[in-house]
Amino acid sequence: MEEIEASGTGMPQLDITTFSNQIFWLVVTLVVLFYIMSRVALPRVAAVLADRRGTITSDIAAAEDYKLRAQEAEAAYNKALADARVEAQSIIDAAKAEMQEELDQQIAKANAEIAAKSSESERRIREIRDSAMEMVTQVSKDATGDIVEAFGVPAEASRIDEAVSARLKGGAA
Amino acid sequence: MDQFEVKALFGGDVSWYTPTNVTLWMALTVVAASALMIFGARGRAIIPTRAQSAAEMTYGFVYKMVEDVAGHDAVRFFPHVFTVFMFVLFANLLGLIPFAFTTTSHIAVTAVLALTVFLSVTALGFILNGPKFLGLFWVSSAPLALRPALAVIELISYFARPVSHSIRLAGAMMAGHAVAKVFAGFASALGAAFFVPVLAVTALYALELLVAVIQAYVFTILTCVYLRDALHPSH
Repeated sequence: MEEIEASGTGMPQLDITTFSNQIFWLVVTLVVLFYIMSRVALPRVAAVLADRRGTITSDIAAAEDYKLRAQEAEAAYNKALADARVEAQSIIDAAKAEMQEELDQQIAKANAEIAAKSSESERRIREIRDSAMEMVTQVSKDATGDIVEAFGVPAEASRIDEAVSARLKGGAA
Repeated sequence: MDQFEVKALFGGDVSWYTPTNVTLWMALTVVAASALMIFGARGRAIIPTRAQSAAEMTYGFVYKMVEDVAGHDAVRFFPHVFTVFMFVLFANLLGLIPFAFTTTSHIAVTAVLALTVFLSVTALGFILNGPKFLGLFWVSSAPLALRPALAVIELISYFARPVSHSIRLAGAMMAGHAVAKVFAGFASALGAAFFVPVLAVTALYALELLVAVIQAYVFTILTCVYLRDALHPSH
């Protein structure tokens, strides 16, 4: 001890009289620091880090969810669009079919009217022709009777009728 | 060399319980470490402030070191390793403040630190592995004839660990401070050319800042290496 104090310029690190003091305070310091770190500081920092990891994970999950929902919305939109197209097509088809039906009805009705009118006309033409033919026959008989009387032969109505009819038939034939 | 002297704060002799400058600067080390880890991280924000970021990075740095070097099952000793790292780091850094006392420049301090690591790691090795822990000295990958010789070498190197562990830190701290002191002494001796040693001290100070952090890192990573040997003694 005297030797160390005598060499005053020696290294204080080798002055063993201070060792017990340094060791005592070092142990106290380490124990205090260990308790502060392990009980307070490290759990706090660990909690913050875990929190952050949790937040990041949940944010990524939420983003994933939103992405999924966006895709679903897009699919729904596309489906609605396709449905609307199909519906529009069916409405167009129905309208076409209705118009076609009405057109067919009108055409049928017009055809029926045309047919009725033409048969009526034919009937009347036939009537006119028949009455014309009868008049021609009558005129022929009257004329024949007059001609026969003019020759001085008494006109026998029945014979004249026969003759005229035969003639008209032959002429017609 | 008076910067390394242990002095009682309130005068008188230095006995084992006397509050000394050792007490003061160790207390400041605790305050600084707590300030970073508790005050810095007090916001507990998802998006951290700069101080909180620094606290989280320190945490992550040591945590990753323990996990990578000592293995995943060493994580339960993370608070112990972290305490050692914070103590050495802040003792080194605070020691760089002018007129400060550097607690880690004393072999008594670093030797107790290193012996604490050495003894607890050795005890842990025997508790966890039993006699198998001795397999650390029995190099099973070497030829059988060489193994006894290697065992002797391994044993010597094992017991040399706390010595190198403690002297490395104390030596680096003491040397840097002593050199700074010597250069600073030149400044008054050189007169008009005083700026040369002042520039040198400035450069040296930057280097010492680096050394302070690196020595804390080295001390901690060696602790992790010893811890790995205790947990997985087989080669």
